[in-house]
Amino acid sequence: MATFKEFRNNVKPNWCPGCGDFSIQAAIQRAAANVGLEPENLAVISGIGCSGRISGYINAYGFHGIHGRVLPIAQGVKLANRELTVIASGGDGDGFAIGMGHTVHAIRRNLNVTYIVMDNQIYGLTKGQTSPRSAEGFKTKSTPEGSIETTLSPLEIALSAGATFVAQSFSSDLKQLTKLIEEGINHEGFSLINVFSPCVTFNKINTYDWFKENIVNLEQFPDYDPSNRVQAMNKIMETNGLLTGLIYQNKTRKSYEDLVTGFKQEGLAKQNIKISSEEFDKLVAEFK
Amino acid sequence: MISQLSWKIGGQQGEGVESTDRIFSTALNRLGYYLYGYRHFSSRIKGGHTNNKIRISTQPIRAISDDLDILVAFDQESIDLNAKELRLGGVIVADAKFNPTIPDGIDARLFAVPITKMAEELGTSLMKNMVASGASWALLGLPLEVFNKAVEEEFGRKGAAIVEKNIEAVKRGAEFVLEQAGGPLDEFKLDEADGQQKLFMIGNEAIGLGSIAAGCRLMAAYPITPASEIMEYLIKKLPKFGGTVVQTEDEIAAVTMAIGANYAGVRTMTASAGPGLALMMEAIGLAGMTETPLVIVNTQRGGPSTGLPTKQEQSDLNAMVYGTHGEIPKIVIAPASIEDCFYDTIESFNLAEQYQVPVILMTDLQLSLGKQSCDQLDYDKIEIKRGKLVQDVPALEGHDLFKRYELTEDGVSPRVLPGEKGGLHHVTGVEHDETGRPSENALNRQNMMDKRLGKLDNMYIRDAIRVDAPHETPELLIIGMGSTGGTIDEARTLLSQDGITTNHITIRQIHPFPTKPLLPYLQNAKKVIVIENNATGQLAGQIKMNAGFAEKIESLLKYDGNPFLPSDVHKACKELSLDGNIQRV
Ligand SMILES: Cc1ncc(C[n+]2csc(CCOP(=O)(O)OP(=O)(O)O)c2C)c(N)n1
Ligand code: SF4
Ligand SMILES: [Mg+2]
Repeated sequence: MATFKEFRNNVKPNWCPGCGDFSIQAAIQRAAANVGLEPENLAVISGIGCSGRISGYINAYGFHGIHGRVLPIAQGVKLANRELTVIASGGDGDGFAIGMGHTVHAIRRNLNVTYIVMDNQIYGLTKGQTSPRSAEGFKTKSTPEGSIETTLSPLEIALSAGATFVAQSFSSDLKQLTKLIEEGINHEGFSLINVFSPCVTFNKINTYDWFKENIVNLEQFPDYDPSNRVQAMNKIMETNGLLTGLIYQNKTRKSYEDLVTGFKQEGLAKQNIKISSEEFDKLVAEFK
Repeated sequence: MISQLSWKIGGQQGEGVESTDRIFSTALNRLGYYLYGYRHFSSRIKGGHTNNKIRISTQPIRAISDDLDILVAFDQESIDLNAKELRLGGVIVADAKFNPTIPDGIDARLFAVPITKMAEELGTSLMKNMVASGASWALLGLPLEVFNKAVEEEFGRKGAAIVEKNIEAVKRGAEFVLEQAGGPLDEFKLDEADGQQKLFMIGNEAIGLGSIAAGCRLMAAYPITPASEIMEYLIKKLPKFGGTVVQTEDEIAAVTMAIGANYAGVRTMTASAGPGLALMMEAIGLAGMTETPLVIVNTQRGGPSTGLPTKQEQSDLNAMVYGTHGEIPKIVIAPASIEDCFYDTIESFNLAEQYQVPVILMTDLQLSLGKQSCDQLDYDKIEIKRGKLVQDVPALEGHDLFKRYELTEDGVSPRVLPGEKGGLHHVTGVEHDETGRPSENALNRQNMMDKRLGKLDNMYIRDAIRVDAPHETPELLIIGMGSTGGTIDEARTLLSQDGITTNHITIRQIHPFPTKPLLPYLQNAKKVIVIENNATGQLAGQIKMNAGFAEKIESLLKYDGNPFLPSDVHKACKELSLDGNIQRV
């Protein structure tokens, strides 16, 4: 069985020293090993942004796509070969601005894909513009007088879109993050894991210290029941979205793959594609 | 006895025009006639005039006709709008309900049949289609048993009582009109057909069927006219072959999902029309850059913007050839018949994998939706070629990666699928080295660009140009693409009667442009006329840019939403050969 080291490659990330994304990379590598994957059975699909580079830093099959389209690509991979473990990953701009439409529909579709958002509340790669996750009043290069738009709450949106797995974590909490990614991978259906991942270069507000002071770990509430959707929604609202842990999981809804008529357990990519002459004749006969 | 005839049914959308056409033509197909259908419809679902025209012939036909022999009308509007097409002495079968009248100046015979009344007497006005098609059938003097058998097949599922009622409706329509006309009309007596049942389908169905034969097992698409029939066909069939269709949230999701699935090893396609194609542009570049096979069907309709969504046009050519930023290799194929739709779809999937490029299969509305007879499709011609897809590659050492973008002689690199132990590699739309890792190295950049763009050097599809050139040095070389071929050929028959010699070339490989094979024909023709359904002469532009001869190339353009008629082409070509100016149609 592969250890987390086997999910490392020899590429030095071009992230700034101290960037939150490093720990997310480490957590994915650990989680992959912990759930017993081999590198060739993992596909990491990523978007465009500083965060999007992650598919190049994990020793697995990696696909670095285009801005905002990580989820449809990842879902295509999963449909083609459901035997692969598919992790989709990208930034808050990638998933909640340009790709928001896909995020909502990937949640509704509920394919067995684990989506890890590296949420730094800013656009890192394009050097510091506002993101849908930026706080109101947040000053950036594109909002010199402070953002005047509401901050988006992806967790609430996910719940209302019918998500079957919603979690949030903080890149400094490697232990919790690793565990949540494992749970996400093991979850039968779509899992959204939003991860606070400080951008040390362009976001001077939402810093490591800021998160440490402001986030609430769900472990503090021993009675919290992640199968209770109403409670989950309340908790997100009570904490203004600044909570970490497994927020909601629906273990009863089947994944998309399990609901598609005639879909086999064996990956579609492995199945025979040439039809027999009898099958062909039958198809043709309908046009007579 | 005549060898061909045109029949049209008109009414309000949602009134049974479609089903009348379907049952009437199915029965004709049973008898072995060749059929060519044309649907005139609008974006409204209910209401608004709609009509379906079919041409019936004992010989293969590939065009609509200029004129009309029989018009079946559910309302006066259908008569007012279409009677002018009737040839002298043509026939109108109209619902007596609205007291039909023949417009001034039209010389036609009118049979007012109580279509609605008879249907209602049998229980529902829905059976209007049966009364109307029964009356038409009877006028042609065709055997009623054959028609009844088609009715049985259409309604068999709904039980014997329903079948009986419908057959009764057919009978009443037939008897009524025969009494009025004093028997079948002699001048519409068709020669007997060969009795060989043809395949009768629309281009979109042929593409759907072709894709299954090609091994396509996934489709991701967003509904749009005139592409939706492809996904609707495949969602019925693919589950039987283990696959499925995903209706995505938009075309960007559709194309990127298709890219993901092709990357992971399943032949996957998407289909759309102009507006959707426009949304796919960035992703087409991703497929080109990452050398991921991809098949996109673009069923052209009237543009720009929402344009004429239910009308014929061929105006996306430039968008398909040039669309996406930067420079990538891409193949654009234009099927010109139902058979082409089938075989070209298979070829598109093969080429996409052999060259690891995006392939766009471009149809136009008339080809996608016009129902036509087609020859038998040959199972033995189905070949699946997956190019340099490799399996069981040797294990990798240390941090090595599989060279997914290895620089090879032909530019095509071996490709492995995720899941393969020795095949680990990275894929990115960022410029990359042979293992797929990002690289901004100038030499690498140049090598990779040359590798990708060189892949299609000397690539020719089956019949890249389809040539019908009986003359060494014709007066006119007529060039077209897509659904216009049959119309052009009918015009050529008329032109030869005028003593004008013509050759005809159908361009099927739109990109990369087949300059070399085309050149000699351009050279040898006195004049060239390029016929296309758009306003700016996009195909003519490709020819002039790639092959030259601008001084002798003229365009015949039609962009009013309707397909060319043989008379349009005949007139323009005749004028051109007499050194006149071509008027736009
Ligand atoms: C279609 C398109 N528009 C714009 C860009 C430029 N762009 C690249 S990354 C990015 C935003 C990055 O922000 P985020 O997704 O939050 O990722 P981060 O860099 O913060 O990790 C933008 C706007 C692009 N690559 N593609
Ligand atoms: S700019 Fe910000 S997000 Fe990007 S690598 Fe640097 S710290 Fe990380
Ligand atoms: Mg960001």
